[in-house]
Amino acid sequence: MTVTNTPNGFHLNDAGRRVVVDPVTRIEGHMRCEVNIDDDNIIRNAISSGTMWRGLEVILKGRDPRDAWAFVQRICGVCTGTHALTSVRAVEDALKIQIPENANSIRNLMQLSLQVQDHLVHFYHLHALDWVNPVNALKADPVATSALQQSISPHNPKSSPGYFRDTQNRLKKFVESGQLGPFKNGYWTNPAYLLPPEADLMAVTHYLEALDFQKDIMKIRTVFGGKDPHPNWLVGGVPCAINIDGVGAVGAVNMERLNLVSSIIDRTITFIDQVYIPDLLAIAQFYKGWMYGGGISGQSLLSYGDIPDKANDYSAANLLMPRGAIINGDLTKVHEVDLTDPEQIKEFVPHSWYKYSDETKGLHPWDGVTEPNFKLGSNTKGDRTNIQELDEGAKYSWIKAPRWRGHAMEVGPLARYVIGYAQGNKEITEQINFVLKTLDVPVSALFSTLGRTAARGLEAQWAAGKMRYFMDKMMANIKAGDLSTANVERWNPETWPSSVKGVGFTEAPRGALGHWLKIENTKIANYQCVVPTTWNGSPRDEQGNIGAFEAALMNTKVERPEEPVEILRTLHSFDPCLACSTHVMSPDGTELTQVKVR
Amino acid sequence: MKETFYDVMRRQGISRRSFLKFCSLTAASLGLSPAFAPKIAHAMETKPRIPVLWLHGLECTCCSESFIRSGHPLAKDVILSMLSLDYDDTIMAAAGHNAEAIVTEIVEKYKGNYILAVEGNPPLAEDGMYCIIGGKPFVEQLKYAAESCKAIISWGSCASWGCVQAAKPNPTRATPVHKVPGLANKPIIKVPGCPPIAEVMTAVVAYLLTFDKLPTLDKQGRPQMFYSQRIHDKCYRRPHFDAGQFVEHWDDEAARQGHCLYKMGCKGPTTYNACSTVKWNEGTSFPIQSGHGCIGCSEDGFWDKGSFYDRLTGINQFGIEANADVVGGTAAGIVTAGIAAHAGLTALKNAKQADKQPGAE
Repeated sequence: MTVTNTPNGFHLNDAGRRVVVDPVTRIEGHMRCEVNIDDDNIIRNAISSGTMWRGLEVILKGRDPRDAWAFVQRICGVCTGTHALTSVRAVEDALKIQIPENANSIRNLMQLSLQVQDHLVHFYHLHALDWVNPVNALKADPVATSALQQSISPHNPKSSPGYFRDTQNRLKKFVESGQLGPFKNGYWTNPAYLLPPEADLMAVTHYLEALDFQKDIMKIRTVFGGKDPHPNWLVGGVPCAINIDGVGAVGAVNMERLNLVSSIIDRTITFIDQVYIPDLLAIAQFYKGWMYGGGISGQSLLSYGDIPDKANDYSAANLLMPRGAIINGDLTKVHEVDLTDPEQIKEFVPHSWYKYSDETKGLHPWDGVTEPNFKLGSNTKGDRTNIQELDEGAKYSWIKAPRWRGHAMEVGPLARYVIGYAQGNKEITEQINFVLKTLDVPVSALFSTLGRTAARGLEAQWAAGKMRYFMDKMMANIKAGDLSTANVERWNPETWPSSVKGVGFTEAPRGALGHWLKIENTKIANYQCVVPTTWNGSPRDEQGNIGAFEAALMNTKVERPEEPVEILRTLHSFDPCLACSTHVMSPDGTELTQVKVR
Repeated sequence: MKETFYDVMRRQGISRRSFLKFCSLTAASLGLSPAFAPKIAHAMETKPRIPVLWLHGLECTCCSESFIRSGHPLAKDVILSMLSLDYDDTIMAAAGHNAEAIVTEIVEKYKGNYILAVEGNPPLAEDGMYCIIGGKPFVEQLKYAAESCKAIISWGSCASWGCVQAAKPNPTRATPVHKVPGLANKPIIKVPGCPPIAEVMTAVVAYLLTFDKLPTLDKQGRPQMFYSQRIHDKCYRRPHFDAGQFVEHWDDEAARQGHCLYKMGCKGPTTYNACSTVKWNEGTSFPIQSGHGCIGCSEDGFWDKGSFYDRLTGINQFGIEANADVVGGTAAGIVTAGIAAHAGLTALKNAKQADKQPGAE
């Protein structure tokens, strides 16, 4: 038995029964979670382990930096495009390339549409089944469901009793078939599910409706990028050309294409306002007594910022999505973040399956090393290819431990919203106050599993509104006669300096994302990614600080340890993305860059 | 799939009594009244949906994301009415032991009668521990589920060819499904692409269910209905290629008029896929239409064939289209001999392809 107090304020005790969840499902990629629970079923020790590694950074070495976006885009097909955007920004930073205003607007439209779609799919298809019981929906009265719908979203036209009855009948037929597909072996008799049948039926109906609608949002990216998932990007701008009334306009982004994008933006705003936000608030009403899962969200938060208003200005003042760091729970001070400062962001590996020459020290990503080293601790139960229980005293994850000035940080929508709130961002403050007032809860309620889930919904609403802003901005620019979408002055590698380095960043749906690269003689010499799930899913570091997932699980009561829906709730509230936690190594196999896929 | 699941269970020695008990337990586990049990039994005796185990190895989940973008049929209709997606890490409610138990249950109950869909691939280096499921190497889960399946669908370029994690130097020894020891002799349908087109994915599923047989595959194991012709063959910008009208720089006048992207590195002439016809996201567009060349993402090893912006080289065949192409090119006055030669290759290469792949054209 070990009892430990971590420097970041958690009291760990591994005396109780160990509960293992592997695979953790409804996430991107593969992860494992282990906890110890005491006699009252309270979690007293938590371990999160990334269980996949792909080695992408090794693969990038020696390649053409203009191709890098396509490789790193394949880090993740869920947050598809955000790695690609981060990559082209890193290359443009290294080569001092300025992109046209239209390219900035189009990139923002693509990134914002991802934020909205990804948040929507997360809420309904990855997270909802932690709160919503589809089987219970069979007991609902469609007339009462209709009344509920009209009371929470009076402008939503799809609210008749017949509409909900149709869904219920379909669901009934599905359940009666005995083949439950994705709902098979869920915890449907668990008392942790609190919704009345009518709320369950409403939410399941919107599960299906959102599944239909989300694919339309991504057509915006298909117009500009040719396909989705994995649209096309370009160093120096965007690949699509604009031609409004010239010869051959049908071969480019023309009035019909712009109208398509515009109509999707309008429908997206409506869907978020009439379906997502009302559902979020209605479900939260029933669960607001379940205030677990805060973890380090009340003390250590990080955001790089994103969505540049004007092109080529990446200063905090020009970023519509906030940037900054909060530490020690002091919301009165938002620290500046500098991705090029070797003292700020460092990655550690004493508990990760990688090797450093000196593992007491962290490395800044520009000097990062990723050499795999799969080794289990002496207290592991099971063996090398059949792990029963991990030994968290040793190496136990394929995820590294990034730290900001030594602190484990939480990233993602909640981090962005709290940082924006602390900075007095008007839009964010209004949204947060509206939710707190509607649910009648104090600000402290934000620092919880539910707070994370609520911030994601608010951000989807914000992002949908900003799509309209950039669409209008681009139209005004086109009207003023600017059709330019790409800057090709530095396209030819012969124009490049022999040795440069750059950094690119975005706010991926799951949080702060950075790519650091070095270019030598027109080829990639080193490429490093630190991704959101690296921050949130981080294992312990040299000092013993636990990461955001681990911290958030602490002190949660699990009603039925064999049905750990509470663990899933909290892990899902981060929207984990494990493929993003992949590291890349150099071709000679000695130096690896870590790509953490969020 | 004429056989119902009840028939299958009987064939495997499960008694009617056990079957009815299974139905009662299913109802009870959902918190439903016992009245549901006979309905479940009736459905399983008469209206089976084929079980699908959708496993995930090393991948990025773009295949799943593409799948849910399908417009016809809608993903919800596939899941609710066409098949029984009993295991899929990405969307399933169950986790941990409850999830793993499903794989065992389907394999044992529906022996030879379920489909195995694979997204991603297993790494074989480090004893397979670069991808761990339930504490064990993913490759073990894959082999176990493959053993008794009716057929395997290799979704996307990861499962079909290896894709990005298998690009040089392939640090984890990521291995496509058909090259995993022991799986070579299974019926495997490759549906490559990074990701595959949504409606191509759902069409392959619908074909299997509707016609109760594997689609006709080419020599590489891809359904010939979607993968037998090059993107170039049916590209709407092809007339500009034949006329020698090319984009020379991003966002130049030719780009704004939608001319051919061959000189910008387009891999349409060597890529077999349905992008220029089926198109993407319910026909919204495809890469070339949106101004970027094809990067060849459905081809084996496309990551290691030089930069995406390098012009295709090594194309030196002439065919019967050569005359028309050369004439068109000469008229435009800007086509080099090399490009004309390339243009001319189409017909002959098609003919050769037809030789190699019966019925391909």
